[in-house]
Amino acid sequence: MSGPSTNGSWISAWWVGLVLPVAIGILWELAVAGGYANGRLVPPPTKIFEVLSELAASGELWRHIAVTSWRVAAGFLLGTLAATLIGALAGYSTLTRQLLDPSLQGLRAVPSIAWVPLFILWLGIFEASKVTLIAVGVFFPIYLGVLGAILAVDRKIVEVGRMFRLSSIDLVRRVLLPAILPAYVLALRGGLGLGWMFVVAAEFMGASEGLGYLLVDGQQVGKPAQIVAAILVFAVLGKLSDSLLARVTAPFLRWQDTQTNAN
Amino acid sequence: MLEVTALSKTYGNGTQALDNISLRIEAGEIVAVVGGSGCGKSTLLRLLSGLDRPTKGHVEVDGATIDAPHPFVFLVFQEPRLLPWLTVAGNIAFGLSDLPKAEREARVEDALKQIGLAGYGNRWPKELSGGQGQRVAIARALVQRPHVLLLDEPFSALDAFLRAELQDQLLDLWAQTRPTMVLVTHDIEEAIVLASRIVVMRPQPGRIAQVFDIGLPRPRDRISHEFEETKRQILLTLRSTFARRDAA
Repeated sequence: MSGPSTNGSWISAWWVGLVLPVAIGILWELAVAGGYANGRLVPPPTKIFEVLSELAASGELWRHIAVTSWRVAAGFLLGTLAATLIGALAGYSTLTRQLLDPSLQGLRAVPSIAWVPLFILWLGIFEASKVTLIAVGVFFPIYLGVLGAILAVDRKIVEVGRMFRLSSIDLVRRVLLPAILPAYVLALRGGLGLGWMFVVAAEFMGASEGLGYLLVDGQQVGKPAQIVAAILVFAVLGKLSDSLLARVTAPFLRWQDTQTNAN
Repeated sequence: MLEVTALSKTYGNGTQALDNISLRIEAGEIVAVVGGSGCGKSTLLRLLSGLDRPTKGHVEVDGATIDAPHPFVFLVFQEPRLLPWLTVAGNIAFGLSDLPKAEREARVEDALKQIGLAGYGNRWPKELSGGQGQRVAIARALVQRPHVLLLDEPFSALDAFLRAELQDQLLDLWAQTRPTMVLVTHDIEEAIVLASRIVVMRPQPGRIAQVFDIGLPRPRDRISHEFEETKRQILLTLRSTFARRDAA
């Protein structure tokens, strides 16, 4: 998570989180170097960084990162757009909710990977089917977040909107959407996380580039270091994009009367 | 002028909240509605504001029938109900989006000065005290320039000293544009300080028990003998409304 912790300084909180992984890394490195463990299937950190720097030096790493990030971004954007629109409609109008929500809840129960064969038939094995799969994965948590948040908006605040005789559109724009913004940001972050998960599934279904391809390739040619390297890159990208989203949205949430915003 | 004719309200669950209320309030008058809990005071205000619709009867303000929120009428709630994502200035300007920017800002500036919160425009609602929040809520209503301002126990959450201060301030605000005001309160002193007439209500179902004309000269001295006597009369009437309920 981002932001300062409630106790202790920002710096100390940051260090504490690193202690465990670094310690494990060093211990493993020593174990392999000392001959106590065979580092072939579980490569030591130096080996992983060696692979990473090789990939980076050849420019391959950046190409894979760019392709995967593009897929996540496109899928996230599409999924978010659809989820926000449909979630807002379903939250605002009871009729729309009764019409759409049961079907959507039914579709949500389908493991998204189950769509893969269908998407490939419909959209081919290239980008369109991958982006669609990611969009579907992103859609549900955001749809649920928007719908739930709108249903939970305080009646008293809505009444203020009625007192001002806001039109339906203005009520959504000036009252409901700002009111759900904190919950919406959380839903977006959840959706983005799922986007990174689904990009792997998407790239497993036949990709010639991307971080998911590095995983598959690492398995097929027996290079565990490459797999762990790709996993690490996923972790870094996921965390970075989440922090970025949190940072970008923070200025819009300054009004919140919360523990971390207390002044 | 605010005219209430044979107003009744029965809720969906069968509870009759109001029965046959008729009341005529002149433009610029301040009327206080007092009564025990459950006598339909808040229901009455919600009907006057157009937020709820009456089961029978109707409400008219300056010739316009009120059966939905109307620009002539504005209700100030028991809590400030400021929109937390807007600054104080943003909240006051909330209903002014049709005005050109310059005039909007001038009105907000002016309103802030009037409620004694000049310089607070950029604060967030979370940074205000309860009294400040309620003053902003009143300013947000007054900048709409309603013909009728309805207040639902607006100071009930505040301590006695602050309440007296805000009552005086409310009178100052009222004196500037003299909107009709209908104020629901459980504080008899507040009613006597502010109102030219006091409507005492009786519960189950809510009806008008008695209407008092308050002829005391303004500004009203809360500790004068006449003030005390008026308060005694109203308390006696209120007590009788409870006695009736006990007997029933």
